[in-house]
Amino acid sequence: MFMGYSLGEIGSIFAMQAFAGLILFSVFVLMALGLAIIFGQMGVINMAHGEFMILGAYMTFLTSHLFQTYAPQAFAGYFFVAMLVAFVASGAIGLAVEWLLIKRLYKRPLDTLLATWGLSLIMQQAFRSIFGAREVGVQLPDWMMGSLQVTDTIEVQINGLFVMTLTLMITAVVALLLFRSRWGLQVRAVVANRVMADAAGIDTRRIDRLTFGLGCGIAGIAGSAFTMIGSTSPTAGQAYIVDTFLVVVFGGAQSLLGTIASAFTISQSQSTLEFFLTGSMAKVTTLLIVIGLLMLRPQGLFVLKVRK
Amino acid sequence: MSQSLTKNRNIELIGFAILAVLLVVVLPLSLDIFRLNLIGKYLTYAFVAVGLVACWGYTGILSLGQGVFFGLGGYCMAMFLKLEASSVANTKIQSTPGIPDFMDWNQLTELPFFWVPFKSLPLALIAVILVPSLAAFILGVAMFKRRVGGVYFAIITQALAAVLTILIIGRQGYTGGINGITDLRTLLGWDIRTDHAKYILYFVCCAALFGSMFLVRFVLASKLGRILVAVRDTEERVRFSGYDVANFKVFVFCLASAIAAIGGAMFTLQVGFMSPSFVGIVPSIEMVIFCAVGGRQSIIGAVVGTLLVNWGKTLFSESFPELWLFFMGGLFIAVVLLFPRGLAGLVTDQLLPWIGRLSGGRRQVAAAGSAPAPAPAE
Repeated sequence: MFMGYSLGEIGSIFAMQAFAGLILFSVFVLMALGLAIIFGQMGVINMAHGEFMILGAYMTFLTSHLFQTYAPQAFAGYFFVAMLVAFVASGAIGLAVEWLLIKRLYKRPLDTLLATWGLSLIMQQAFRSIFGAREVGVQLPDWMMGSLQVTDTIEVQINGLFVMTLTLMITAVVALLLFRSRWGLQVRAVVANRVMADAAGIDTRRIDRLTFGLGCGIAGIAGSAFTMIGSTSPTAGQAYIVDTFLVVVFGGAQSLLGTIASAFTISQSQSTLEFFLTGSMAKVTTLLIVIGLLMLRPQGLFVLKVRK
Repeated sequence: MSQSLTKNRNIELIGFAILAVLLVVVLPLSLDIFRLNLIGKYLTYAFVAVGLVACWGYTGILSLGQGVFFGLGGYCMAMFLKLEASSVANTKIQSTPGIPDFMDWNQLTELPFFWVPFKSLPLALIAVILVPSLAAFILGVAMFKRRVGGVYFAIITQALAAVLTILIIGRQGYTGGINGITDLRTLLGWDIRTDHAKYILYFVCCAALFGSMFLVRFVLASKLGRILVAVRDTEERVRFSGYDVANFKVFVFCLASAIAAIGGAMFTLQVGFMSPSFVGIVPSIEMVIFCAVGGRQSIIGAVVGTLLVNWGKTLFSESFPELWLFFMGGLFIAVVLLFPRGLAGLVTDQLLPWIGRLSGGRRQVAAAGSAPAPAPAE
């Protein structure tokens, strides 16, 4: 298979595949972060997480349209406003969903799976009714288009770089919040031992709601970033949801580092395999490897020692 | 609990009888063959729902990948029928006569090795049960021996449903790809596309369904069934009592999968094709909701729930396609939040006591009132 390529060209191919893998990695991390803190804190898998992401994507689409129509001179900076809008919209709906639905089901995690799946169906149809079934794309500001020429054979897209930077920043913010803020302290206490945290005076209900809202808000930001590299359709969220679940489960539910490490492993192996096999076989192989590894290590890569 | 079980037995038998009369007498007499064939298709999903009662309702294992087993059963049947339909005489115009048409389109020149056993009906029928059971056994042993359960198991089965769908679509030459295996004609020379054949297949499907229902009932009413419920409610205690919990879970998972596979095979026979759209994530989770609507702990409820939801789906998507997903989503949420025991729970908790009060019979009230009301499975 390497016949006819020079050594330098093979190196470039690997570098480009690795870069493609890094973009996939960024999307995985952004989606999995929200899911992981919700799952770690409450043991709830939110099947509608992909739809919260798509909600963020549609909010970005709306904001870009508003800017184009009313403030074309400020268009270069619309993305930062859009991110904020996406975060607030997804987060607010997340809070409402927690209050109406999730909090009634904490004792029944499997039932939450079904209820949030129902929610995802409703959200998909709502998107379809409001925005139409066709894919919509966001127009990128000029400074995000084009690519950087690193060497003769390697080039990297600017929007990809931007998404990666964004991922790094958001991960850093979440890590700061988890390990330096009062909320983070309380979350870690609840994860370690819910009953004791409750007894020590932490309002676990409030923490649950905040965590769920924050997780959904991060999904909204993920959706914003998603518009940079793909087009948005009502069912686009479902394409990523299985991978994201596996990222979270494989990483070890309560570990931020585990989530990042597993997102990295899964995305890199998928994009590297894609070069050797067809796209579908690469995906199948990756998923099967992850399932196999999960059988060996059911708790995931990184295990937080928790006393139950 | 055992006393209330024997008292409830009469009510359950009445339920079975009503359902049997409805399916075998009322529906065939009142519906034309097109609608009856549709009911037959719904009933094949009911197999999956009945399996889920054992696996999910009684043992607490939620599998979001039952479509995998339904699909494997259906594909095993379809492979036999396809080979019969692509005899050398029927496929003269192909560049390689005697192999299925989609293989010829994908430049295959001989039958892949795993298709060869499906030339014989007995082997194909064995494969319908064996292949999915074996798959379930391997997955079950790997998961339950390692004590993977709950949400983790649900996610992994869902990922498997995704894997199988991608695999079928990606390996077009071996599986027929996204179109599935189509254009199935005869079963040992007997044309399955005629109205007459559809009537007969409908009754065969009913018979197989009732066979599966009685099998599941028998298992759940036995001592084994008690252990399954105990595993659901307090797994640790069962383990500390000296039982190997994993073996029971593997058994019930295989049972549910084998029953789902029979449903898949009946689907292929009645509908005349099999495609990956009945394997993936969405159909798998829809089958769970059929079971939940009817009542996850009621065998009859699961069948009735399947029929009602599918009937509603046909009705809604014919007249208001926009509203269907809203309705379906609302159903998921409402069933989980408000009626965790489904329609069967409504009947045993509300309707029967009400009838009992009307007829003034104290005995019936007591029987229905003391019905076991276990907490919804985790």
